[in-house]
Amino acid sequence: MPQIRFENRTYALNGDESVLDGLTRQGVSIPSSCRSGICQTCLMRAVQGRPPADAQKGIKETLRERNFFLACACVPMEDMELSLPSDDDLPHIKARVVSKERLNHDIMRFRLRPAAEFNYRAGQFINLHHDDWVRSYSLASVPRGEDFLELQVQRLPGGRASGWLHDECKAGDELNLQGPLGDCYYTQSDVEQSLLLIGTGSGLAPLWGIARDALAQGHRGAIHLFHGSRTAAGLYLSDELRALTQAHANFHYTPCVSGPDAPDKIIQGRANAVALAQFPQLKNWQVFLCGNAAMVKSTKTKAFLAGAALKDIHADPFEFGVTPPREESAQAQG
Amino acid sequence: MSKSLYERIGGEAAVNAAVDIFYRKVLADDRINRFFETVDMEKQAAKQKGFLTFAFGGPHHYTGKDMRQGHAHLVKQGLNDSHFDAVMENLGATLKELNVPAELIAEAAAIAESTRNDVLGR
Repeated sequence: MPQIRFENRTYALNGDESVLDGLTRQGVSIPSSCRSGICQTCLMRAVQGRPPADAQKGIKETLRERNFFLACACVPMEDMELSLPSDDDLPHIKARVVSKERLNHDIMRFRLRPAAEFNYRAGQFINLHHDDWVRSYSLASVPRGEDFLELQVQRLPGGRASGWLHDECKAGDELNLQGPLGDCYYTQSDVEQSLLLIGTGSGLAPLWGIARDALAQGHRGAIHLFHGSRTAAGLYLSDELRALTQAHANFHYTPCVSGPDAPDKIIQGRANAVALAQFPQLKNWQVFLCGNAAMVKSTKTKAFLAGAALKDIHADPFEFGVTPPREESAQAQG
Repeated sequence: MSKSLYERIGGEAAVNAAVDIFYRKVLADDRINRFFETVDMEKQAAKQKGFLTFAFGGPHHYTGKDMRQGHAHLVKQGLNDSHFDAVMENLGATLKELNVPAELIAEAAAIAESTRNDVLGR
């Protein structure tokens, strides 16, 4: 009979017993609801051993790849070590700052060299621990072809973490990272599928990685990236993105300025509104939404109503610990 | 032995085909979408999937008590028969769109209908 390890204890399962039933029988409480493989409340992750295919039915591809499964539907074929979904089991890693470069008036690019191998997907994020604070920052780099990790940090008014990174952190400093986290990244299910990427502010960071990752993996369908900012000065990486449109005929870049100062050739309007007006039908599209949390939430619903399947909508809302005083400061990660 | 409704309607594949269509209809329905507003659309979709599996006569462990507890906060917000009717209408329209035969739609509707008093806390 297969055995399972959970929180440093070993449990034996009976014949056809599921992980959820076996743990419950032995007094371990796992969050659960339908017990029929549907509601996904009992989501767990296999740290060792492979979950059977039946236990991964219906869960997102990005979770499946990382060995998440449903405890109620999992009758193990082999010994497994399990954990509940949580950030705490992720390894900490040291990374040294190799360069620091200003991208615009309030976004700083940091390139870091991790002290050990760091496997991640373009578009995932890390938690940065320093003093007594922890902040999440998206990775803007791509794992293939770039041997550094890139963060694009937006300065927040009165923000302790972004203030320290902008003003004090310097090349040579060692940072304490944890990750990778998040399931907003490209998975290749159909190379001809159209991709819609919408980001505001430093929400461009993960999209810059995701777009280049999709292209590097040979994605052939159209990739439309919309970057929104309130002011023209808030746009960044424009030259690099235009160069990418030159290098790849299927890549398209549309910068948008929502305030009144939109220069010539830049569309005036909110990036999400401009994108959905241009593409009102999103059936069979993959959609990536990053940045301002309110924008991400409302656009997720709109993209779904426009026909995108829920499993094809990937979102990374940038949450701010306290209610942001103004809309443009609603990003805590970059 | 005759096949169960769940088997005749197409089992899990039918539920998977129906869930996005149904959830989209509900979110687009101004009579009821305020009850379905949430930050976590995946969790909400999983709940819809549970409901559809139940209505299709599939495997479930929900009890009348679960239905009452699960909807009590919505009843406080004014959930009533007219909203239940709207959900039933969206369920029927979803199955019609998937070309499910009328007699199977009627069977699924009868199962869903059986929860009315529990859902509305009566």
